Amino acid sequence: MVNSGGSQHLVVIGGGMVAQRLVEALRARDDAGRYHVTVFAEEPRAPYDRVGLTRWFEDGPEGIALGDPALWADPYVTLHTDRKIESIDREAKTVTDRLGHVHAYDELVLATGSSAAMPPIPGNDLPGVFVYRTIDDVAALRGWVEQKRKSYPEGKPVRGAVIGGGLLGLEAAGALTALDAQATVIEFGTHLMGVQVDLGGGQALKRLINGKGIGVRAETATSQMKPHRRTGHVGRLDFADGGRLDVDVVVVATGVRPRDELARAAGLPVGERGGAVVDLSCRTEDPHIWAVGEVACIEGRCIGLVAPGNTMAEVVVDRLLGGLAEFPGADTATKLKLSGVDVASFGDAHARTEDAVEVVWADPVAGVYKKLVLSDDARTLLGGVFVGDAGPYASLRPMLGAELPGDDPSAFLLPEGGGGAPNLELPDEANVCSCNNVSAGAIRGAVTEHQCTDVPGVKACTRAGTTCGACLPLVKKLVDTELERAGIEVSTALCEHFDMSRAQLFDAVRVADLHSFSDIVARFGTPVVGSRGCDICKPVVASVLASLGNGHILAGEQSTLQDTNDHMLANLQKDGTYSVVPRMPGGEVTPEGLIVVGQVAKDFGLYTKITGGQRIDMFGARVEQLPDIWRRLVDAGFESGHAYGKSLRTVKSCVGSTWCRYGVQDSVGMAVELELRYRGLRSPHKLKMGVSGCARECAEARGKDVGVIATDKGWNIYVGGNGGQTPRHAKLLAEDLTSEELLRTIDRFLMYYVRTADRLQRTAPWIEEVDGGLEGVREVIMEDSLGICADLDAAMARHVENYEDEWKAVLEDPEKLRRFSSFVNAPKDADPSLAYVEERGQRRPATAEERASGVVIAGPKLEVRA
Amino acid sequence: MSSDDVSEAQAPGTTLVSDGPVRWERACLLTDLFPERGAAALFGDVQVALFRLAEDPADPVQAGQVYAVQNLDPFSGAHVMSRGIVGTRAGVPTVAAPVYKQVFSLLTGECLVAADKTPKGDLPADLVTYPVEIRDGVVHVGLP
Ligand SMILES: Cc1cc2nc3c(=O)[nH]c(=O)nc-3n(C[C@H](O)[C@H](O)[C@H](O)COP(=O)(O)OP(=O)(O)OC[C@H]3O[C@@H](n4cnc5c(N)ncnc54)[C@H](O)[C@@H]3O)c2cc1C
Ligand code: HEM
Ligand code: SF4
Ligand code: FES
Repeated sequence: MVNSGGSQHLVVIGGGMVAQRLVEALRARDDAGRYHVTVFAEEPRAPYDRVGLTRWFEDGPEGIALGDPALWADPYVTLHTDRKIESIDREAKTVTDRLGHVHAYDELVLATGSSAAMPPIPGNDLPGVFVYRTIDDVAALRGWVEQKRKSYPEGKPVRGAVIGGGLLGLEAAGALTALDAQATVIEFGTHLMGVQVDLGGGQALKRLINGKGIGVRAETATSQMKPHRRTGHVGRLDFADGGRLDVDVVVVATGVRPRDELARAAGLPVGERGGAVVDLSCRTEDPHIWAVGEVACIEGRCIGLVAPGNTMAEVVVDRLLGGLAEFPGADTATKLKLSGVDVASFGDAHARTEDAVEVVWADPVAGVYKKLVLSDDARTLLGGVFVGDAGPYASLRPMLGAELPGDDPSAFLLPEGGGGAPNLELPDEANVCSCNNVSAGAIRGAVTEHQCTDVPGVKACTRAGTTCGACLPLVKKLVDTELERAGIEVSTALCEHFDMSRAQLFDAVRVADLHSFSDIVARFGTPVVGSRGCDICKPVVASVLASLGNGHILAGEQSTLQDTNDHMLANLQKDGTYSVVPRMPGGEVTPEGLIVVGQVAKDFGLYTKITGGQRIDMFGARVEQLPDIWRRLVDAGFESGHAYGKSLRTVKSCVGSTWCRYGVQDSVGMAVELELRYRGLRSPHKLKMGVSGCARECAEARGKDVGVIATDKGWNIYVGGNGGQTPRHAKLLAEDLTSEELLRTIDRFLMYYVRTADRLQRTAPWIEEVDGGLEGVREVIMEDSLGICADLDAAMARHVENYEDEWKAVLEDPEKLRRFSSFVNAPKDADPSLAYVEERGQRRPATAEERASGVVIAGPKLEVRA
Repeated sequence: MSSDDVSEAQAPGTTLVSDGPVRWERACLLTDLFPERGAAALFGDVQVALFRLAEDPADPVQAGQVYAVQNLDPFSGAHVMSRGIVGTRAGVPTVAAPVYKQVFSLLTGECLVAADKTPKGDLPADLVTYPVEIRDGVVHVGLP
């Protein structure tokens, strides 16, 4: 904290989503540093995206990070985690934390949110009964389910029940299924999501939920939870109608209760159904105490959604800085985030407005139900419910309260492409992102005034789409339209030489059967004289030609297309030398091989390091040394590791069933087979794979583009994982494949990727862009929905057949060897500018300071053998 | 000038003056250069990157021309310009630095694309260019 000469102390109780927004907004606006803010959070972590809680199972804590972590390093901001506030003294203007420390405030904000409500059902405190609100809750839930599964014989399912069939209950049920537990949703009311959806929608929703393998029991009251006789854990639910359900785990999601205990104890007024009462400026009765988010009782009620909470945060910041902002009322639109189930509603979904007209489109077989609620003249949009196809939601919700264009409102409900809904031109003030209150105008402005040229840019600039993501399709549409309007072409062109994307170029080259850059640029390049490609399109064409099998990458004109890594068949390092990586399939290497590698490194003075991909990298090789180094490696049976290429790198493996006492399949054998099969395959970006011998996943295969994990019955395949700047876990593509099926699936996956991905696009974003996402990929390669599998298989067979070791071929060809000279007028002279120092027994490039101070110990010529 | 006038080696202690008289050095045979790829040449401790453009029949002006720029890549500090990809930007022949992919004009040495980077230390962003003459199939570089 900076020294607070003259500035006021703002204390925020609660470290949730709304507290985060409040601090963000304050720091963005309080340039003069009028306030220091101290946030006391009960949870042991910085605020996170509670809305995305269910993503935690898939993506872990990084997946639900919220905002820029730099916020908490701001000198005007102090965050105390794991520091519950126990009481407020309004007289003294202090708060007391759980450690008994007293903190003075000038202004105090309650942002304590809600707790999950626990209905007074007997047995609700049994072990195995959970709520669904915090990271700790979901972590405990997962631990419990996993422990139950382990205590059961193989194949016996863990049985779960969710009490409460609202938005939260359905998410919890989805989470149970994701944990591989059975789930039954128990709903007291007549249908699921009763608050948001009407009866017809609820019925369609039930069919969809059943389709996900989740049971639904509506109009059911739970009378008690009974312990299991032996374990004492929750074991059975008894219902008021006499029914019963055996369970191993129960999640209670019957609603939330505002955490207004501090307000009550401090004598502040609370609402009929709880919550600290505030006026439209979000101020309580006490002029120095404010309340925001779910704990605030505003306009007579608490609102359990993040967007209104964020609005309140902005209002309070404005007031603190002397403004006069008021809460404008809440947008209570909701969209369910359960994967594969489309449900959304907004506005007056139950048609409670007088004389409201309902327009319904239902397809019970497909489980689709869509309804618009309109004013009595059937023109003004009052609300809507979408189940099974939430397509129209994104563009219709912002039209709430506005007149719909066209004569026939039912046109908006027809299936996509089935009738052509009129194109909606959103008014600037339409709220596009309800989570972050971003209007259509703000998104347009991001493009026209802030020079954003793509969706990620607009997200960063406006925060639209950064919370639940429901608005992203609409954001993209707005951005594209605006870019077109501004004359910025939404271009997929590679560069000035090719007006096509990589995928288009790939197809064009394949179909036209072209084999040289000159022919390709003449036929498909932009018609400009003297246009000879560049550092962007040349490597792309090189990759396309290599994928289509055009011989050695240094043959003839192809050699001019290669990046220096591919040209020197080695990896360029910062000082202009290269590193050398021989292939060690599956990370397996013989003692003899290790000795050769060690001897070569020693003789050429190379720095050695084990890579992240289970093999050995030798650094500091000069251009003119590469052939000598490789001659020795090739003689010892090594071949190129393609560490330099946009191509298959390694297949990492654990030791597997051959040695490990837990292994169920030979993971090393499979990794070796995969690496030998796909070695040398050129692709839009580098490719990594991993194979683990059992579910313990020691090879971290799910961090790879293709991850294979052994099961008792065969192999599970996961795709689309990567490390790097935006790490992702691979997602399950298919289960229990035989080795043969596994190879065929990977063959097709890789070939489809190689052919259709964009330049430098890794598998994860590629999958997202394929029509239908992962499901779409599965349809293409497992069900042959495009009828291209035979072609993909044949292409991979050609690759496997035509593989040759690139380095061996170079060593056999004097013309290619000629490329490896340091200087055209002194082919064996070392680059005189290189300089090294010793560190931990090896040499490394000298820094600028070391060069200047002359501590350099080794020039380039020092090694034993040139 | 015939190739006989060309000094074969740099005299020790020669100072390099930017606009002084040009000293012509013999680099290599034209056929030693691969079309559309660079090659480095060493003159004392001066490293020069040579580039031979493609024989593009559509472009008689640039076809087969040889250009020389400094081999030092100002953005990485490594002597690697000769290993960059040769291309064109709006018809101007270019080379892209192989380390961080800045693009330079081969005609003027000007840095056309800085790729959000600044040069290392206080190196200028633009490359020094050197005149080139081909005499009887031999490439000569004019050093200051
Ligand atoms: C699974 C799930 C899905 C959701 N999905 C959506 C959705 O799709 N759309 C939507 O709009 N909303 C959704 N919500 C609701 C949304 O998360 C909340 O509206 C939002 O988080 C409210 O923010 P808040 O800051 O008011 O409260 P919270 O985020 O709950 O934060 C309050 C924090 O204050 C802490 N606290 C309480 N008392 C004290 C104390 N005395 N001292 C210190 N700290 C204290 C609590 O531990 C908590 O961390 C969802 C919620 C859940 C649980
Ligand atoms: C229970 C039996 C296990 C055995 C016998 C085992 C064995 C090993 C061995 C020998 C290594 C190599 C260590 C090294 O490089 O020095 C290793 C690495 C590793 N193990 Fe395990 N392991 C086991 C369980 C697990 C589990 C359960 C996990 C993860 C949940 C795991 C994750 C890892 C990771 C991440 C590495 C590092 C991999 C790398 O070097 O890149 N291991 N394991
Ligand atoms: S993943 Fe399984 S088989 Fe492989 S090393 Fe780990 S425990 Fe053993
Ligand atoms: S509506 Fe949730 S992120 Fe935009």
